[in-house]
Amino acid sequence: MSSVIETRGLGKRYGRAWALRDCSLAIPAGRVVALVGPNGAGKTTLLHLAVGLTEPSAGDIVVLGDIRPGRDKALTRIGFVAQDTPLYPTLSVADTMRLVSCLSARFDEAHARARLAAIDIPLSRKVGHLSGGQRSQVALAVALARHPELLILDEPVARLDPLARHEFMAALMTAVAEDGISVLLSSHVVSELERVCDHLVVLAEGRTQVIGDVEDLLASHRVLTGPVGQAEAVLGGAVVVSENRTERQATLLVRDADRITPLPSWQVQETNLEEIVLSYLRFPQASALPGPALNRAVSA
Amino acid sequence: MISTLVDVPRTACHSLTMKIDKGSSGSAIEFRLDGGSGVPTYLQLVHQVEHALRLGMLVPGDQLPKVKDVVAALAINPNTVLKAYRELEHKGLAVGRPGQGTFIDATLDVVPVREQQSLRRSLMRWLTTASDAGLDEHAIKALFTSALYDLSRQRGEAAS
Repeated sequence: MSSVIETRGLGKRYGRAWALRDCSLAIPAGRVVALVGPNGAGKTTLLHLAVGLTEPSAGDIVVLGDIRPGRDKALTRIGFVAQDTPLYPTLSVADTMRLVSCLSARFDEAHARARLAAIDIPLSRKVGHLSGGQRSQVALAVALARHPELLILDEPVARLDPLARHEFMAALMTAVAEDGISVLLSSHVVSELERVCDHLVVLAEGRTQVIGDVEDLLASHRVLTGPVGQAEAVLGGAVVVSENRTERQATLLVRDADRITPLPSWQVQETNLEEIVLSYLRFPQASALPGPALNRAVSA
Repeated sequence: MISTLVDVPRTACHSLTMKIDKGSSGSAIEFRLDGGSGVPTYLQLVHQVEHALRLGMLVPGDQLPKVKDVVAALAINPNTVLKAYRELEHKGLAVGRPGQGTFIDATLDVVPVREQQSLRRSLMRWLTTASDAGLDEHAIKALFTSALYDLSRQRGEAAS
């Protein structure tokens, strides 16, 4: 499987502080990938490195096979929607598209107009007078009309209400279904990503903590509840990610749950992506990083 | 266990219904998602098709909603819909026709009513025994769920 982004030992320092450090990952093509982590985890830094808005302080990053971010070959094939979807508020939607068509050779204005007409966004209205949801739809339509192979979005739905969020994700997923683009989006809201994303990268304190297919993560994690004295016996070869213990009862969220030894007094429950992510974030020493992805990382 | 089409949505936020005009799209059913159920999204779609088959709402020849329409309505990853449809094909319930879509290909074997009633009677006898032994509703459910889990594990091991 080819990768749309590969990094090895990637780091970015601002002054003395490392915003991102020792980040090695391979993001597979044809997927919708979520980049998750608390504020200040290094998400935006990683995305800016991927689109070439900033240069690495350490390590390597290549995109779409073997291209350095920021090169013309990469710029024309990657779309980027920055945080808070920055557009010129005093321009109308139509003028915004005229501007982009002058700035970008690959801009397909008819495509953008058709997309916006389908969701009833008035072309004559000034961008500053649109609702947050409409503004983000304009930014998405502009980005998609360049027919990118990879679309990178920084917190695209953070400020939207639930309905606008749903509509934005529906538009994004339709583009994935129609054009087969790869998507990398960052978010600090995990609950809604389970339906949308099929691959997950968790960043915490500038480092990668979890990388994997959502399906594999859901299949390999379970919540075990039972008498505290039997906790070690039930675990078998499973790895504890997070735990809560009282004098009598233990609640364990474990990885590699197929290696547990089932005991009658223990309850085994499936879990969801949000619970898994929160467990890792609460216990930064726990991590789930695949070996192969690290070995696959760039050698150039 | 099996999500149904007639469930009342738990919360507006978590349950999104997809409306498809039967006339225009040719689809006979609409999918909805239960965000709080813990059942993977693709399985929810599979279960809803199976349920519709059992109830006769879907019959052989019917077209399932187009992937693009499901994605646009539910805001889910297209791979999830494809996975659900592949699973239905794998079960022999549906067949994909290139360039056209996915169509229902078989009916689901329905357990005869008499057998269902007989099973229900024996379950009632067991429930009465459990209740007489002092188990309350939650204890019974926990025991049942745990036994069901064991059964599916055993079946899984036997199959592999």
